[in-house]
Amino acid sequence: MRRVLLTQALCLGASACVAFDRQSALDPAGPQSASIYRLGVGMVVVAALVYVVVVAVLLAIVRRRTPPEDVRSPAREARARRTIVISVGATVAILFVLLVFDLGVARALMHDDARPAVAITLTGRQWWWDVEYEDSIPQNRVRDANEIHVPVGQPVRIKLVSHDVIHSFWVPNIAGKKDLIPGHEDEIRLRVDRAGVYRGQCAEFCGIEHAKMALLVVAQPPGEFAAWLAHQRAAAAPPSDSLAARGRFVFESAPCATCHTVAGTAAAGRVGPDLSHIGSRRTLAAGTRANTRGNLAGWIVDPQTLKPGAQMPAHPLAPADLRALVAYLESLR
Amino acid sequence: MRYPPAIDETDRERLQRTWEPETGFLGWLKAVNHKSVGKRYIATALVFFLAGGLEAGMMRMQLARPENTLLGPDRYNQIFSMHGTTMMFLFAVPIMTAFGIYLVPLMIGARNIAYPRLNALGYWVFLLGGLFLYSFFFLDSGPDAGWTSYVPLAGPQFGYGKRIDVWAQLVTYTEIAALIAALEMVMTVLKMRAPGMTFSRMPLMVWAQFITAGMVMFAMPAVATGSIMLGADRLIATQFFNPAEGGDVLLWQHLFWFFGHPEVYIIFIPALGMVSQIVTTFSRRPVFGYPVMVAALLTTGFVGFGLWVHHMFATSVHLLSQSFFTAASTMIAIPTGVQIFCWLATIWLGRPVWRTPMLFVAGFIAVFVIGGLSGVMLASTAFDTQATDTYFVVAHLHYVLLGGSVLPLIGAIHYWYPKATGRLMSEGLGRLSFWLLFVGVNVTFFPMHILGLRGMTRRIYTYPAAMDWGSLNLLSSLG
Repeated sequence: MRRVLLTQALCLGASACVAFDRQSALDPAGPQSASIYRLGVGMVVVAALVYVVVVAVLLAIVRRRTPPEDVRSPAREARARRTIVISVGATVAILFVLLVFDLGVARALMHDDARPAVAITLTGRQWWWDVEYEDSIPQNRVRDANEIHVPVGQPVRIKLVSHDVIHSFWVPNIAGKKDLIPGHEDEIRLRVDRAGVYRGQCAEFCGIEHAKMALLVVAQPPGEFAAWLAHQRAAAAPPSDSLAARGRFVFESAPCATCHTVAGTAAAGRVGPDLSHIGSRRTLAAGTRANTRGNLAGWIVDPQTLKPGAQMPAHPLAPADLRALVAYLESLR
Repeated sequence: MRYPPAIDETDRERLQRTWEPETGFLGWLKAVNHKSVGKRYIATALVFFLAGGLEAGMMRMQLARPENTLLGPDRYNQIFSMHGTTMMFLFAVPIMTAFGIYLVPLMIGARNIAYPRLNALGYWVFLLGGLFLYSFFFLDSGPDAGWTSYVPLAGPQFGYGKRIDVWAQLVTYTEIAALIAALEMVMTVLKMRAPGMTFSRMPLMVWAQFITAGMVMFAMPAVATGSIMLGADRLIATQFFNPAEGGDVLLWQHLFWFFGHPEVYIIFIPALGMVSQIVTTFSRRPVFGYPVMVAALLTTGFVGFGLWVHHMFATSVHLLSQSFFTAASTMIAIPTGVQIFCWLATIWLGRPVWRTPMLFVAGFIAVFVIGGLSGVMLASTAFDTQATDTYFVVAHLHYVLLGGSVLPLIGAIHYWYPKATGRLMSEGLGRLSFWLLFVGVNVTFFPMHILGLRGMTRRIYTYPAAMDWGSLNLLSSLG
């Protein structure tokens, strides 16, 4: 079946757009969401049929023109009893069959013993996603934010941890949601079978900016993914020109380093997202704005206008400093 | 044969003086007659319904367009929390309670409800709770973690200020009022039925209220316990919900939903009783299958306590445990289905008169069944992991609450208004209000099924234009 890719593009207040597949459970891109989609379609069909029957009976009763003479006629009551018994029987049968399917699909989704190709730890924080690609060698671990890269067609295991309140990881095109609950570490296993960019967002009310806690899942062919991961492992690129160098100086002397890390520099704060490769991320502020110079500058100077309540304070910087800082950050690809 | 008078004149006058309602404003405040208390309970609950409706209106206006700036995040979060809290705690349960207080003594031939002064106290506690909540809301200190107040967001570390304490206090007030009414209802039905009225001769409305009262007595303590623990965590540094000190975040969800799921049946079962009474009168024959109807009400009441984890399918509760709740949540459709079949049979066998109350019964069937079907879909763990916490659930819950409780309620108001006041309500306006409501409910909430499956989560104050949710949201807001 030809599938028409419906893409959406995050173009808010920016000249550049970030394209992603329409965020929807109705456009599955992996086996988990596909299996749920099939179950859902089956249930909708059955539900629609049941509803049509119920409404037809109701309308027939409402529109009847010749009321019966005897409201307590035993013959008619006996017929009614039989009809009800048959209807109840049909209802029980339909529900039982549905239950068997429900449990079957749930069990199939749970029994996923494929060895994961990628292991990720996702930490939910108010109001962004802290992504860490695990590795047995500590130096090979990669820390990123609000964007998860996965290889197409290979199983991925994501450990779900919460840093503060309950969040929920939900990328509808890929799989059902799973909560990140403090004190209850959990995991989700998934596989993306179609390359593309998929948007998800936090699905458990987590405070004032719950509405702006989105993330992107970027599914790349395995070779591309491996190259990307290898590049991410490298330390941040040193500034290539004087503007970027000045920007790095501003970064290290302004409060930025208190909260943010840039691998290879003195900045090692862990309160906020890791910025070592921020230049190559597609969005800012957990999917709220496309990653452009203008948006980045605006975000640094005044995060509270875009995302009131966010934990990042305002940073009024001199224009030249701001320009340099943005140039430096954009160079961190 | 001449019988002596039941009572002599001096005694009659003394009784009259003792029991007649006092005059004046203070007398009005001191009323303990169940009809007076019931009427003021209904009127107050309807005022809260209006308040909750205004909150809903504001939410829909904010969501009608993407990236709207009518309401900021903090204000929106308080408003959706107030909407849920008001509707569930200050409108839905109290109004069903109130109809029971008004009607059950009349239906079983009792002079008043059991413990009349306690009954009046229940009303004043309810009113006080509502005024308390709204005072704090107008002081920018209303609850802002939903009507469910999940921890840790509602806990001491992340729940700022006094907002959640206000919520917990409101829960305490309304739950005391509900327990008072439940106690009275159980005692009234057990001990004050007219001689000769066995259980199998009670009207279905009385059965419904009796079963609901039993459910209240089992369910409310769970949320009472939870809200006391939450208050204690917040105010005196207990650690019930703090995993760092051995507490458990999920404990709150279990306690809340052990109450929360029966709560919706507490709101629904009295409405089923109302539908039975309306159908009886307007089909001009008794409801078909009385024993089966009673059994269905009892089954719904019991099984309703075995569903609560279906609100937690996205959590780390083990799938095997979740499956039990999938089964129970699927099977509970059966008793309700049985009731609907019996009502349809009653109308078919009878000689129906399609006045306003019956219109609302027909509307109830047409709207509630959609909610019931989406509910059976949500019972599936796998499907639920896509649909929970999205607008699909918002659609489902409004279909079952509006279709299953509000439509019968308005039918009941039309039906019993003449009983309470001696005047008929306008039939023309009744029909108009029915059609407005029927069309409005469908236009507002049906698109939400689609929005939810297309990725729109709940409790968000805005959404990006890029999501392509704008047109469905606008349609919903217009509805």
